[in-house]
Amino acid sequence: MENATPSPAGNGSWSPRIIAFFCNWCTYTAADLAGVSRLKYAANTRTIRLMCSGRVDPQFILEAFAKGADGVLIGGCHPNDCHYAEGNYKMLRRFQLLKRMLKDLGIAEERLRLEWISAAEGEKVKSVINDMVKKITALGPLDLPGKFADWDREMTALAHAVESAPVEKEVAHA
Amino acid sequence: MYTPKKHEPVRIGFYVCHCGTNIAGMVDVQALARYVATLPNVVVSRDYKYMCSDPGQEMIVQDIIENRLNRIVVAACSPLLHEHTFREATRRGGLNPFFFQMVNIREHDSWVHTDRQLATRKAMALARAAIQRVPLHKPLEVKKVSINPNVLVVGGGIAGIHAALVLANAGKQVYLVERDPTIGGHMAKFDKTFPTLDCAMCVLSPKMAAAGSHPNITLWSYSEVVKVDGYVGNFKVTVRRKPRYVLEDLCTGCQECVEACIYKEPKFRDEFNLGLSKRKPVFLPFPQAIPPVVLIDPETCIELKTGKCKKTCVEACGDRKAIDFKQKEELREITVGTIIVATGFQIFDAKRTPYYGYGIYPNVYNALEVERLVNASGPTGGEIILRNGQVPKKVAIIHCVGSRDENSNRWCSRVCCLYSLKLAHLIHEHTQAEIYNFYIDIRTPGKSMEEFYCRIAEEGINLIRGRVADVYPDPSDGATGRLIVQAEDTMLDCIMKVPVDMVVLSVGLEPHSDTEKIRRLFNMSCSSEGWFLERHPKLAPVSTFTDGIFLAGCCQGPKDIPDSVAQAGAAAAEAFSLIDKGNIEQEPNTAFVVEAECSGCKSCIPLCPYTAISLLPDKKKAYINEALCKGCGTCVAACPSGSIVQNLFEDAEIFNEIEGLLAPTSF
Amino acid sequence: MPKPKVAFYWCASCGGCEETVVDLAEDLLAVVEKVDIVLWPVALDFKYKDIEAMADQSIFATLLNGAIRSTEQEAMARLLRRKSRYLIAYGSCACTGGIPSLANQFPREQILKFNYEDAPSVVNEAKTRPQLVFEEDGRRPHLPELHHVVRSLDQVVEVDYYIPGCPPTPKITQAAVAALLDGRLPPKGAVLAPDIALCEECPRRDSKPTDVAFTEFKRTHQKLLDPDKCFLAQGVVCMGPATRQGCGAQCLAGNMPCTGCFGGTDRVKDQGAKILSSLCANIGPKEEAGINQVLAGIPDPVGTFYRYGLAKSLLRRKVDLPMNNGK
Repeated sequence: MENATPSPAGNGSWSPRIIAFFCNWCTYTAADLAGVSRLKYAANTRTIRLMCSGRVDPQFILEAFAKGADGVLIGGCHPNDCHYAEGNYKMLRRFQLLKRMLKDLGIAEERLRLEWISAAEGEKVKSVINDMVKKITALGPLDLPGKFADWDREMTALAHAVESAPVEKEVAHA
Repeated sequence: MYTPKKHEPVRIGFYVCHCGTNIAGMVDVQALARYVATLPNVVVSRDYKYMCSDPGQEMIVQDIIENRLNRIVVAACSPLLHEHTFREATRRGGLNPFFFQMVNIREHDSWVHTDRQLATRKAMALARAAIQRVPLHKPLEVKKVSINPNVLVVGGGIAGIHAALVLANAGKQVYLVERDPTIGGHMAKFDKTFPTLDCAMCVLSPKMAAAGSHPNITLWSYSEVVKVDGYVGNFKVTVRRKPRYVLEDLCTGCQECVEACIYKEPKFRDEFNLGLSKRKPVFLPFPQAIPPVVLIDPETCIELKTGKCKKTCVEACGDRKAIDFKQKEELREITVGTIIVATGFQIFDAKRTPYYGYGIYPNVYNALEVERLVNASGPTGGEIILRNGQVPKKVAIIHCVGSRDENSNRWCSRVCCLYSLKLAHLIHEHTQAEIYNFYIDIRTPGKSMEEFYCRIAEEGINLIRGRVADVYPDPSDGATGRLIVQAEDTMLDCIMKVPVDMVVLSVGLEPHSDTEKIRRLFNMSCSSEGWFLERHPKLAPVSTFTDGIFLAGCCQGPKDIPDSVAQAGAAAAEAFSLIDKGNIEQEPNTAFVVEAECSGCKSCIPLCPYTAISLLPDKKKAYINEALCKGCGTCVAACPSGSIVQNLFEDAEIFNEIEGLLAPTSF
Repeated sequence: MPKPKVAFYWCASCGGCEETVVDLAEDLLAVVEKVDIVLWPVALDFKYKDIEAMADQSIFATLLNGAIRSTEQEAMARLLRRKSRYLIAYGSCACTGGIPSLANQFPREQILKFNYEDAPSVVNEAKTRPQLVFEEDGRRPHLPELHHVVRSLDQVVEVDYYIPGCPPTPKITQAAVAALLDGRLPPKGAVLAPDIALCEECPRRDSKPTDVAFTEFKRTHQKLLDPDKCFLAQGVVCMGPATRQGCGAQCLAGNMPCTGCFGGTDRVKDQGAKILSSLCANIGPKEEAGINQVLAGIPDPVGTFYRYGLAKSLLRRKVDLPMNNGK
């Protein structure tokens, strides 16, 4: 079932964390409508309300990943429907290059998603979120904070060594 | 007003609303309050049954005073619903209202999730984001923008006419723009109206005439809105006035030109009578048309097509010189403060349900055609005569054609049951024919409607509960065009085959086929069905998501005349309340350039759809005109050196939200 | 009164930063007069043992250039941090990772293999790789180990000030040294260069119209470059709008666009994301195909937008690279 609600983990097992940036006029309102309509969807997204998808600074997206998001969802008005005329196009243009750049940096394409969801499309909020949760669940955790810590582990031994006295370390390049 | 001093410690009050069980049923509100109490800067953390109630708001006010709070966070419903309420409470407590932040844990959480633990954890994350964001909030002032008192009403049906008159009577200047050559809309085509059976034209034509002659109404018929710029209080609207080839000011509506037309007989399809009669190239749509001005159809007029007509019409017009074959379309620009969209509906095209034979069998009519047939000023002078000249003796009326149907339109069109009963009555009255109404359910909500139904039912029409499956020619019939209507009578549990002389299809209402275009023009939203979307189904039923644009009549959804008129009045009142206030308060979410930081790279300038950004010629720095800025934040996101700030949505505020949402404790 | 002790040190760098110090020319003498240089491997011979023997914080200031990508560099960074009162990240590599941190796009094994086996100029049939430890004539010399991740200096130790640039100009170097010696110090963590983007001091600024909409991007070798016109107005990516000034727009004087070596302003967390945002928003076409056609002119966004700062970007490194040579 396409729209089945994926069951996010409730008991300590992993479940994706998705940061959503929704524009005030279309997608945020659509998410409100999904609520008023009592649609049920996966509890994995956390929404930040912005006035327009044009406000989504690519820094926000990278920061979300860096702070531990497994996915980032951007919701804006359909083409031609932007409350501010063209903010959504500006986001679309950034998205096109950003997703290519993220791919170059090892972040799977499914982790960043741009969707046009109008104020009337509560159903689409549900199906997009459920689908995204499903896909990211399949990919597994991104966990950049964990990766950063892991990367820096190659330094910890030395930090101790220099703080006391230099000792010789015997390791070989593979 | 109290403004925390720069180095004063942040003291946050946090409140979580139960919303009865709406939130508390799915989110552990006590656990949430306990969790937030452990977060930095939080001084007060409470849960309460209804935060939006007076005692709930008073709690915030008192806490601000007693606990010297300087930031307020409320976790409740959508900010689109109650942000204003709590900002006001914050203000009453003596704080700048923008030291408030709202957390949506109802529409975005408790209502859409099914696992209490997960919903509670989500609420914690959302609350934490707000708690981390709110210390960065700054005191802001609401900006006031004056409102142009003129109003544009789009669509001259009963809703548009009523809205225009209400405002014009209150002394406002109204532009009433109608696409067709005359105002009146669908109602002008009806014969009688349910449930009172009073004559539609008798009640409508005085209002049409009033709208046409009102000193405060500029009526532009045969005109279309082609462009809308600006925003509430100050819309710049471009209207295209199509050429009638007749000068409105000079035409008296005498119709002598029509008489004198080179075509002696009407030859062309008469739209007003849905093709049931003919007209000439020069014509008045119907006798009571407003404006009472003829027009010439360039598709059929010989002069306009070939330039080789004797122009007998011009001759007949004589000294009035009202006919002008050189007339060109005109673009007119107007400025208005508010707009009422009342663009109506179109009837369902019954050809989309081919099994009912519309367009195939001449004796199948849609209900609007029958309205014209029973109308005394209609093509038959009020006689119900079939296309073959006969008077029907048996008539089937099929309900729900293009309504409540998975294959066409799913919605109930609301008016069809009642107009079907009305037509049953009228047809019977005119012809004494036996009437069969095939229905799925009879739906008669509204004042006096059920009584009307009972009354018609008692008149002896045959009400058959069953959806008609097929309409086909009676095989035993010669040339009369008799039809068999086949349906299952679900009451008697049997298949019925009823031979009839006439089939009336009670077609439903649907959005105009060019709804999408209209919607974009006014920057509105549509429901998935294509009806214009109201801001809130209950609390803002005539408002749209675009400030200053209101809805009236069937463009928002199917409704009957009383409801259309009521809604038009409501839309007029909404417009009026904005105009009378004189100004609107704008969310202070505008952006500004930090001059000392700007490098003058000009990257932001072409991005602004409102041309609010310019380059200061002497300083060579970008500058945002606050009066023009609408607060989208696109330039802020695009400023390559981070030198533009959006109030209420500062970069640091968003970064803090991101961090709060992803803090390890909250997931 | 004894002269303040100053150290210069280099890690993963090209030597360009050292050049700048030399480029101070006669002004260098004035500096040398005022300070006592205790370490400067590129110019003078000192022993690390001497540094180790010094009291903690006894060096007044160390200007360290280069990124940190080996155990030796890391050890020296830590050592100098301990011995110095002020540790200054000098040049793009120390400040933000610099060009060496573009290596953060590749696994360490791939880099080693290319450099010791596959590079066209390499003749190494035995596929010999440097060994961390080996024995010869009874000696056991050690070689430093290459880290998997290239880091900026502040990703290893605390940094007091930053002097950006690839290399920093003599002018900002001099100003920084003067400020240090005079005790006119900004708050800790400051970047000692103006916090305004380059366009402000760019001689081509006025030639940029206010309505640039990109319909194509060309690289510098694909186009005859107008020596007076704003590069962005010519459809050539220029990092100037997203890059801190202080360089005197020298690249532009040489008819090359800014490539971003001074890094972003203080208000920006990720220089690459910001220039991406700005360039993309100003693309002309509105539909995907048209947009992508324009963007095809930027074939390597990481290399273009993070040329000097991948290590300090928000993602730091290609995120799916192994930490154990792929094993």
